[in-house]
Amino acid sequence: MHSISKSKRVATIFCTALMLCFAILALMPFFFLLISSFKPGQEMVRNGLQFKFDFENYSLVNYGLLITERDGMYLNWYFNSVVILVVQVACGLVFSSMVGYALGKYSFRLRNTLFLLVLVTMMIPVEILILPLYKQIDAFGLINTYGGVVLPFSVSATGVFFFRQYSMGLPTELMEAARIDGSTEYGIYFKIMMPLMLPAFGAMTILMAMGSWNAMVWPMIVLRTTEMQTLPLGLQSLLTPYGNNYDLLLSGAVMSVLPIMVIFLLNQKSFIAGMTAGSVKG
Amino acid sequence: MIQTSTRKRSPIHALNSIKVVPYIFSLPFIIFFLVFFLYPIINTVNMSLYSAKGFAPPQFSGFSNYALLNNDYFIKACSISARYTIYTCLILIPVPLVLAALLNSGSVKGANAIKSSMFIPALTSVVMAGLFFRYAFSANENAIFNAILRSLGLPAQDWLAQQGTTMAVLVIFCCWKWMGVNIIYYFSALQSIPAELYESSRIDGANVVQQFFYVTIPSVRPTIIYVLTISIYGGFSMFAESFTLFNGARTPGDIGATIVGYIYSQGFNRNNFGLASAAGIVLLGIVLILNVIQLGLTGSFKKEVS
Repeated sequence: MHSISKSKRVATIFCTALMLCFAILALMPFFFLLISSFKPGQEMVRNGLQFKFDFENYSLVNYGLLITERDGMYLNWYFNSVVILVVQVACGLVFSSMVGYALGKYSFRLRNTLFLLVLVTMMIPVEILILPLYKQIDAFGLINTYGGVVLPFSVSATGVFFFRQYSMGLPTELMEAARIDGSTEYGIYFKIMMPLMLPAFGAMTILMAMGSWNAMVWPMIVLRTTEMQTLPLGLQSLLTPYGNNYDLLLSGAVMSVLPIMVIFLLNQKSFIAGMTAGSVKG
Repeated sequence: MIQTSTRKRSPIHALNSIKVVPYIFSLPFIIFFLVFFLYPIINTVNMSLYSAKGFAPPQFSGFSNYALLNNDYFIKACSISARYTIYTCLILIPVPLVLAALLNSGSVKGANAIKSSMFIPALTSVVMAGLFFRYAFSANENAIFNAILRSLGLPAQDWLAQQGTTMAVLVIFCCWKWMGVNIIYYFSALQSIPAELYESSRIDGANVVQQFFYVTIPSVRPTIIYVLTISIYGGFSMFAESFTLFNGARTPGDIGATIVGYIYSQGFNRNNFGLASAAGIVLLGIVLILNVIQLGLTGSFKKEVS
């Protein structure tokens, strides 16, 4: 009896240490970039990132550049990213949840066909479609607009899949009861089922926000001018071979991750709960 | 009067019938699928059959664009994308499963904090992460990874100038970013395995390792298939990582070439839409065939739909 609890304790120490190593590896890049952001960017370009900490030379100069450099271009990028994120996530949540709910909770003739199409859409890389999508968005006159970035991705197939999985686990009896009470199908959805899907909305908000905030390839194609660029594009444009913009690049990169990290850390419980309920069932 | 009012009411009733409502709810996807998926695919197939160079009017050219794809650069890009997909799948499918099983076993203290920390890389943009990987894998012999190599008695490397080490950096980059996401997928699946399964297998004399192979893996099979599907997708469509590491420049010996990078540069830098579309169709074919084979072998398509 004694030896079992002892070996269990050894296993706990070993497993915890192992996982801690992985967690540290995962966080290491943030640590190094944060440290570098207090130093002139040239130093990183010349020497690479090193295990060297000279705390007396650190300053917040790079962070001042976020506001002052080129009339606050960085804040402009930030604003663009926020607007695109809000619109894209709002559309994505409303549309994907509706479709997912229909596929999960109604039986209708095209249900299996539609679900199959959702799966196919999930499996095909959007990158294949960048050329024809560009032509289409151009034809709609939406090049260099927020709408052009959001429109082709306003419905998320992954979102539909996720909401379908989640809604399948909701009690159908509630729908029956509401119908007897005279509620319309739309009333059932908005007043009863949508509140029940809140955890799924929480998880999907984070997933969609991540995708939108970090998107690079498609916005790079649609957004043509510096004023319209989002954060990833703006930061990428600072990566010139001359390395003269790296001060802003470092502080800008750090400040671009912080908000989304905070959102995640504040919602991590509901996020993991939502992922659990909406994921593929065993 | 009465007639108009019934006429007015009946469509509203129809809108609320259980036969119509699911279609109205599904409408956003149907429109999206037709306008932003099916039509662009047809358009790509069509464009791939024309040689549309620059601003000259497109000329029908049959399969000549596909023949033009038989060039060293595109073949190299395909081989890099394929190897990248294989390596990332070999790591990102089994390792997160083992780690998730450890986290789920109760023998890890602070499992929630660890899960969250490991998820955080997924929140970062490729640009920011690329900045780290670019300069941590700097050729400078005191840069992080060269310092580690040298402390192990190995020579420093010019990481982003050679084929093999570049692939290693790309694979490490990918694993760093997606490990935590896959752990959460697996963890969710592990949580839904009934405890009785483990209980009864233990009574039958199974040890922890046997339980992992005979209880855990079969139970999370659908998740393994899901992760495999998105990994194939992600692997073959990798572009942004290579783009930020090399800053979009053409790399010496094309060690940073990718299929999507080829589509992008042919399409947007050289206005060669026909050739770029043909490359897109080849990529589409590769991903579709792999996933159909994979889903056919595991028989999960049928199960999921029915």
